[in-house]
Amino acid sequence: MDLIRDLFVQGMQMAVVLLLAPLLTGFVRKIKARLLRRQGPSVIQPYRDLARLLRKEAVLAENASWLFRVAPYLIFASTWVAAALVPTFAGGLVFSWTADLIAIIALLGFGRFFLALAGMDVGTSFGGIGSSREMLIASLAEPAMLLTVFTLALVAGSTQLSTVAALMSSPEVGLRVSLGMALVALIMVAVAENGRIPVDNPATHLELTMVHEAMILEYSGRHLAMIEFAASLKLLLYLSLIACIFIPWGIAAPGEGPARFALGAAAYLAKIGIGAFCLALFETAIAKMRVFRVPDFLGAALMLGLLGTLLLFVSRSL
Amino acid sequence: MTIDVSLFLWAVAALLATAVVAVALGRSASASRLVYGATLGISVVAVVMLMAHLVSAPGEISMVRLPLGLPWIGAGFRLDALSALFLLIVNFGGAIASLYGIGYGRHEDAPHRVLPFFAAFLAGMNLVVLADDAFTFLLSWEFMSLASWALVVSNHRSEDSRRAGFVYLVMASFGTLSLLLAFGLMAGPTGGYAFDTIREMTHAPLTVAIVFILMLFGAGSKAGLVPLHVWLPLAHPAAPSHVSALMSGVMTKVAIYGFIRVVFDLLGEPAWWSSAVLIMLGGATAVLGILYALMETDLKRLLACSTIENIGVIFVSLGLALAFRSNAMGWAAALAFTAALFHIVNHSLFKSLLFFGAGAVITATGQRDMEKLGGLIHRMPWTSFAFLVGCVAISALPPLNGFVSEWLTFQAVLQSPDLPEWGLKIIVPAVGGLLAFSAALAASCFVRAFGITFLGRSRSPAADQAHEVDRFSLSAMFILAALCLAAGILPGFVIDALSPITQALVGGSIPPQSNAPWLSIAPIAESRSSYNGLLVFVFIAVSAWGAALLVHRLASRDVRRSAAWDCGFPDARPQTQYTAGSFAQPIRRVFGTLVFHARETVDMPPPGDMRAARLTVETRDLAWDWIYTPIARGIGFAAIRLNRLQFLTIRQYLSLVFLALVALLLVLALWT
Repeated sequence: MDLIRDLFVQGMQMAVVLLLAPLLTGFVRKIKARLLRRQGPSVIQPYRDLARLLRKEAVLAENASWLFRVAPYLIFASTWVAAALVPTFAGGLVFSWTADLIAIIALLGFGRFFLALAGMDVGTSFGGIGSSREMLIASLAEPAMLLTVFTLALVAGSTQLSTVAALMSSPEVGLRVSLGMALVALIMVAVAENGRIPVDNPATHLELTMVHEAMILEYSGRHLAMIEFAASLKLLLYLSLIACIFIPWGIAAPGEGPARFALGAAAYLAKIGIGAFCLALFETAIAKMRVFRVPDFLGAALMLGLLGTLLLFVSRSL
Repeated sequence: MTIDVSLFLWAVAALLATAVVAVALGRSASASRLVYGATLGISVVAVVMLMAHLVSAPGEISMVRLPLGLPWIGAGFRLDALSALFLLIVNFGGAIASLYGIGYGRHEDAPHRVLPFFAAFLAGMNLVVLADDAFTFLLSWEFMSLASWALVVSNHRSEDSRRAGFVYLVMASFGTLSLLLAFGLMAGPTGGYAFDTIREMTHAPLTVAIVFILMLFGAGSKAGLVPLHVWLPLAHPAAPSHVSALMSGVMTKVAIYGFIRVVFDLLGEPAWWSSAVLIMLGGATAVLGILYALMETDLKRLLACSTIENIGVIFVSLGLALAFRSNAMGWAAALAFTAALFHIVNHSLFKSLLFFGAGAVITATGQRDMEKLGGLIHRMPWTSFAFLVGCVAISALPPLNGFVSEWLTFQAVLQSPDLPEWGLKIIVPAVGGLLAFSAALAASCFVRAFGITFLGRSRSPAADQAHEVDRFSLSAMFILAALCLAAGILPGFVIDALSPITQALVGGSIPPQSNAPWLSIAPIAESRSSYNGLLVFVFIAVSAWGAALLVHRLASRDVRRSAAWDCGFPDARPQTQYTAGSFAQPIRRVFGTLVFHARETVDMPPPGDMRAARLTVETRDLAWDWIYTPIARGIGFAAIRLNRLQFLTIRQYLSLVFLALVALLLVLALWT
């Protein structure tokens, strides 16, 4: 009986991230439009876009290989699996021990690996530029992210996300300088990994500095839909991750009643809404930076992560 | 069932006999097939015996002493848990390289320069791992070095091969000299060269420190530790591809075996700073190795440079194991040591696979330069698939095997706050960051390697007319790819197989993994960190397949082929693609100025001038500039000065001899 309920919760979680991801993208776009005093498209526009793309035929370049056709599904699948393992409204997911935080980051790395390869498959200059820059950004974002994970793991004694979340919601953690640094570093990494301003601009198409959009320039139809979907899922994943680690209140513990689940869901929606609003505000307030400034930006995140870890190493022994 | 060590000596004898037969066969047409068939058979028998040994009695020790070598100790050979693992790596590598060689060897122009040394090389590596006294060990080590040197210069007409051979020979002699001194120090004045005698002696702290440093030079130069790595990107690619696979995938592991045997087994307890040295050197090696790889445009040199990176990762784990062991943290030491051994196994699998793939590309196109390749995924679909598996594995991405050992290493790094030494406390997390950095750069490097070589449009007519390679080569690659996947999704079995070794060498082991629910691995019970490769693989496969099925059923399945879009400006010329150089350009600009003193000079002709614009990139290897060039200059200077000694009279020579004798006796008198 317990197993069935746990499986149900896990299934709900997978469905929730899948259904919520396009809405989040639409919501961020709407707020950004309103902040610029534009009307903006409806918040459900991403769903319409996805449905339309899925129905259209896929146009492939003449020399596109099988990898080009397989990659979108692999990218989607790895991102979805990663997103399904981050606790959203309920903790203690039945499959949470499948992958810890390090493995979740590596799963995202798997998706990026194939995205970068797909960008190079047709052999256009834009695809190559996108892949090359994406890998540059990843080469700094990934270590910064892992150092943040080190900080969290040292506080919680585990890299398992549900353990970290459970510990962070307990009163014994308190305020720590290291955790503050980890939060800032994580936000910077999230901005870079999702290709948001100031690192990349999700709204451009014809600009030499673009990264993500350049890689997927050759995609159309259902393949494009899968990649767009994966990008939305990734944004939701990072917001859920930040919410579950740093504002874990309201996440239902395993074995609690439906009322707590409803509360958890409401809290989760509120957290994501606030996160989306902050993201939109941040993106509207600043300008995009040059590509070769991005390493400085991410280097700062890296240093914050390292400082946070070192502070913990030092403070634990005092 | 225990397997007696003498059975492996018979296998070695059979390999040596094969080498002799290969000399006799000379240039005959069937030689290559016969020799590779024989080495394949011998290696497979050895692998089967080792599997039986590992399954039935993994901790058993079997020894034999032959009346060869030094008269008062003979030649000792020993099979224990550690040597069984490395024998398995050597013989499996040998078997798979022979299988590949059956197909690949047909394209060799001078098989008589490769075949005898190939068999002898395998025999030498087996002997190093089996040796149980210093004399046998050094002799086998030198035999292995010389056999591989002969393979490096097998293509003796090329200037590059000759230079690589020279550098390799110098570095190998230097390494053996260090090992000689290390064993001499350990044996002490009584001359106890048998490993058992050395194990029982207690060494003075100063001796331990000097032996440790000498081992770093000796084994580190063979494995490719920075800054002793300079020969590796020259020598490994110069040999035929299946030999490159053996050198990179297996011989570097034999070097690490020598290091582990001495430092973890024979030497006793080194001081804590030695683990710090190991960890820092490992971290530097990992990052520099992968940055070198990112700057390479030659496919085989790129793979050789990436070997340096992996050696760095292994040395970091070994350093962690040493640090934990000296602080009596048994399970943490076991975790770090398991991570190192797991990575050794993994690297031997995927590096062989990648070198085989590179060899297939060379067979098909005659090109090693990535700037002249491209689009091979259309013409070599099977090779490209196997190569892709290797790329994902080496980039430490789930669900393949590279990620598991990387994950174990990170888990070991996370245990370091409990270490009492302040130096280690600061170094370890920083090196953890370096490891993450090198893993991310590795992903970048292999996106570049695969993307430029196999994807896009072909950049030369040779790449345009490539064809798929033979069945033997393909089956070797696919066996390795399957093993990469198997070790990735069922890591618990590998970890359990490694536990007798950790028990024997670091005095602890991590809890048994293979009976954990759902085959996940959770190396440290307290931290509850776990990873399940099998489920990750199943989840990705099912959701990708399910999504594809649903989309194709419910939405659309039509495909139309058309010209590439490229933002409305497609250019039919393949030169407009991103090249290997341009792919690495952002990384070169960000990190290269510091690490390589990279300089870009742009020569842009003024308007009206019809000259082509040129961009020249100059990168320097600082290890050459700062270490080897001054040493070479110093040696040259000293040689010119000492040249006069060749033209002395007999009286002067005699007085020189007399003075030297007096000086030596004086030293001896003061010493004792």
